[in-house]
Amino acid sequence: MPAPIRLRELIRTIRTARTQAEEREMIQKECAAIRSSFREEDNTYRCRNVAKLLYMHMLGYPAHFGQLECLKLIASQKFTDKRIGYLGAMLLLDERQDVHLLMTNCIKNDLNHSTQYVQGLALCTLGCMGSSEMCRDLAGEVEKLLKTSNSYLRKKAALCAVHVIRKVPELMEMFLPATKNLLSEKNHGVLHTSVVLLTEMCERSPDMLAHFRKLVPQLVRILKNLIMSGYSPEHDVSGISDPFLQVRILRLLRILGKSDDDSSEAMNDILAQVATNTETSKNVGNAILYETVLTIMDIKSESGLRVLAINILGRFLLNNDKNIRYVALTSLLKTVQTDHNAVQRHRSTIVDCLKDLDVSIKRRAMELSFALVNGNNIRGMMKELLYFLDSCDPEFKADCASGVFLAAEKYAPSKRWHIDTIMRVLTTAGSYVRDDSVPNLIQLITNSVEMHAYTVQRLYKALLDDISQQPLVQVASWCIGEYGDLLVSGQCEEEEPIQVTEDEVLDVLEGLLVSNLSTPVTRGYALTAIMKLSTRFSSVNRIKKVVSIYGSSIDVELQQRAVEYNALFKKYDHMRPALLERMPIMEKTATNGPTEIVQTNGETEPSVVESKHPPPVTQPTNQVTLISQSFNYLLLLTLCLGIPPMTAYNKNGLKIDFTFERANPNPNIAVITIHASNSTEADMTDFVFQAAVPKTFQLQLLSPSSNVVPALNQGTVTQVIRVLNPQKQQLRMRIKLTYTLKGSAVQDLAEVNNFPPQSWQ
Amino acid sequence: MRFMLLFSRQGKLRLQKWYTATAERDKKKMVRELMQIVLARKPKMCSFLEWRDLKIVYKRYASLYFCCAIEEQDNELITLEVIHRFVELLDKYFGSVCELDIIFNFEKAYFILDEFLMGGEIQDTSKKSVLKAIEQADLLQEEDESPRSVLEEMGLA
Repeated sequence: MPAPIRLRELIRTIRTARTQAEEREMIQKECAAIRSSFREEDNTYRCRNVAKLLYMHMLGYPAHFGQLECLKLIASQKFTDKRIGYLGAMLLLDERQDVHLLMTNCIKNDLNHSTQYVQGLALCTLGCMGSSEMCRDLAGEVEKLLKTSNSYLRKKAALCAVHVIRKVPELMEMFLPATKNLLSEKNHGVLHTSVVLLTEMCERSPDMLAHFRKLVPQLVRILKNLIMSGYSPEHDVSGISDPFLQVRILRLLRILGKSDDDSSEAMNDILAQVATNTETSKNVGNAILYETVLTIMDIKSESGLRVLAINILGRFLLNNDKNIRYVALTSLLKTVQTDHNAVQRHRSTIVDCLKDLDVSIKRRAMELSFALVNGNNIRGMMKELLYFLDSCDPEFKADCASGVFLAAEKYAPSKRWHIDTIMRVLTTAGSYVRDDSVPNLIQLITNSVEMHAYTVQRLYKALLDDISQQPLVQVASWCIGEYGDLLVSGQCEEEEPIQVTEDEVLDVLEGLLVSNLSTPVTRGYALTAIMKLSTRFSSVNRIKKVVSIYGSSIDVELQQRAVEYNALFKKYDHMRPALLERMPIMEKTATNGPTEIVQTNGETEPSVVESKHPPPVTQPTNQVTLISQSFNYLLLLTLCLGIPPMTAYNKNGLKIDFTFERANPNPNIAVITIHASNSTEADMTDFVFQAAVPKTFQLQLLSPSSNVVPALNQGTVTQVIRVLNPQKQQLRMRIKLTYTLKGSAVQDLAEVNNFPPQSWQ
Repeated sequence: MRFMLLFSRQGKLRLQKWYTATAERDKKKMVRELMQIVLARKPKMCSFLEWRDLKIVYKRYASLYFCCAIEEQDNELITLEVIHRFVELLDKYFGSVCELDIIFNFEKAYFILDEFLMGGEIQDTSKKSVLKAIEQADLLQEEDESPRSVLEEMGLA
């Protein structure tokens, strides 16, 4: 068999392949050759073959059949073999393979080899990819090497120990004695790796941290020497002496000084010195400054030092190098909460970064800008941020819009300014605005009573321009539905009132209904708005026509609304004004309140009762409180159905009303809805309503809307009872109520005998 | 440092060093994803980006991208220096290094990297020291390859 081709030869050959297929063919051919060579157990060429395999592996081809060969190479006496063998092990083997463990013995032997470079290979392999078992087995050897006087081995042993500790933290203790003199070394390699080892130990164990605090003076001294010493060619980088070691020491100091006054004080001077004396013309100097700033901000430094740190970051912001600007913004973002005033001083520079070309810088500048907004700078900042919103990439728009809304809510100097700002966001980034901002905005607008005319006018004008941005369209529809009368009567004080007729307004709203750009939700808003205008405009006939057309819409939601609004025109016209009147000021509910009253009815067929809620049904439960506040629900029900409601129970602040429905085909079933309300000062929790009927009846109790009856009549708990009364006997019921009020449990029984005859006849 | 990648502008991987145990399949996926992201970056953009829970530091030297993934608490600016130091080592070793050197001598590039970094951390901050170690190891390798000639030289074969 001819000698296997050399590595370089193979590489050259493979690179001549013009297609993927050609390359694959060459690789397959070579792999076959290598496999047979392996089978022959040829020692001479094993190394060459494995090297070739590693090359092919890097190209993305499978090389697992070479794993055992790597082990054989590692076991060989030749240095060349070991070198490639260990490299192969690091590339082809990992913890998941059992083969991996077979290395342990070889590594153990090599850790004790007479040649330091072999020892080095073993330490490197163990330190890069040793599994927990291997680390456990070999920790002792590593510890031994950590104490050697050979600095070449000592530095490697230190990093190997770091890996061992990461894999098997319990072994940390055993390395403690060996750390004793690590920092007295002169060799920078050993110093650097020792600092890394100490850092790892301190990060993982509070005991170690406490133990090593005593090293602070020594670390300070080493750092000082590095700064003060003259030019050292071996460790110099652009005029700075061993920046890598400086950075690592600063990082260790950070960990040691955190939450410890004494240590922090001991390092105060050196930090100030590094901060002021480090050359900043090149990246390497800035890297050290950056680490220094991080340390100053994290330990208990005196305020002067902190201001110095923030000023360094401020200078970074002006640096031409965008990498420096990037780290400055990141660091400022971390400190803006704790050192707010100091960061404020750099506000204008930060705002300038909004115009940077780099996406990461822009994002950080945006986040930082929002963090810096306060009552004093709101107008100026908002101008910049809105300008940013206009021109930024789509990926930023949603976050920016949310940020603007939040800031405006917190710091708006006037209602008009607030509304204007919202308008600006809706018109420039309207399609990126989050879904939950629509109800929030509606609430804000409703509560800004004096701005209604102005708001509706501006929204109307915006709709004339563009109906593609759904959140804008939804808010605008809602407003026009509510305040259309103000629009038509030209009552705006804030700006020149526009002349618009009822028909024009209805044209716009109808346009939304038919437009392809409108989502189903938007159409719902539009239809409801049109309906509301029936009590505000005089062109009722036109509205009636629109509503009846949509009674046969394919969209189920729209159809349902239209049908119900139609019913409102036909059968319940006397109720229409009351139902559609202006919304009152809303209180913002903090979290999801009691579920919508609508949903608690066991009814599945749409009953007229359910639809009489002017605001859009699809909104989140923010809207519930306004439903219950906006009109007397019981009055409504009475008028709708003809069976008068009754009070079944009224004691100690708990009132339970019954309302009746007969909206189903079986006349023997009475559907009763109980409404529990609580006039006391505290909520009634764990509220349970139970009912029993005489033997001739059958009763079905559906689930209640909630088991908390809110205090002060702020809401009701409803529950549906279905009573089957085939013999048409007089309805009687015994009810049991249990609830907890102000910590004590209350229970009561009562008889209900005053059912109206219509409910059971 | 979690890992370091070297790849060309055409998306060919030239070196990959992983400092945490990762499945082969995941490695391939991460490499593909990262290469795509980094190669899409415009020249004016900064050398740092966030990716998954890591920070990526990359720098382009001629036709090769050097890309390191570091952790949240690591210093990005010094990582740029680490990359630069590695390039300097390669440069000194190969004499004005170019991509072809790394392609044809990838195992040597690995040897240099493994002498410079271990577990993602610097072993020695002295350029001289690292290069000397490589040199000595290379000598050992040569002795391996021609022991016979040495013996012959000494007249003992």
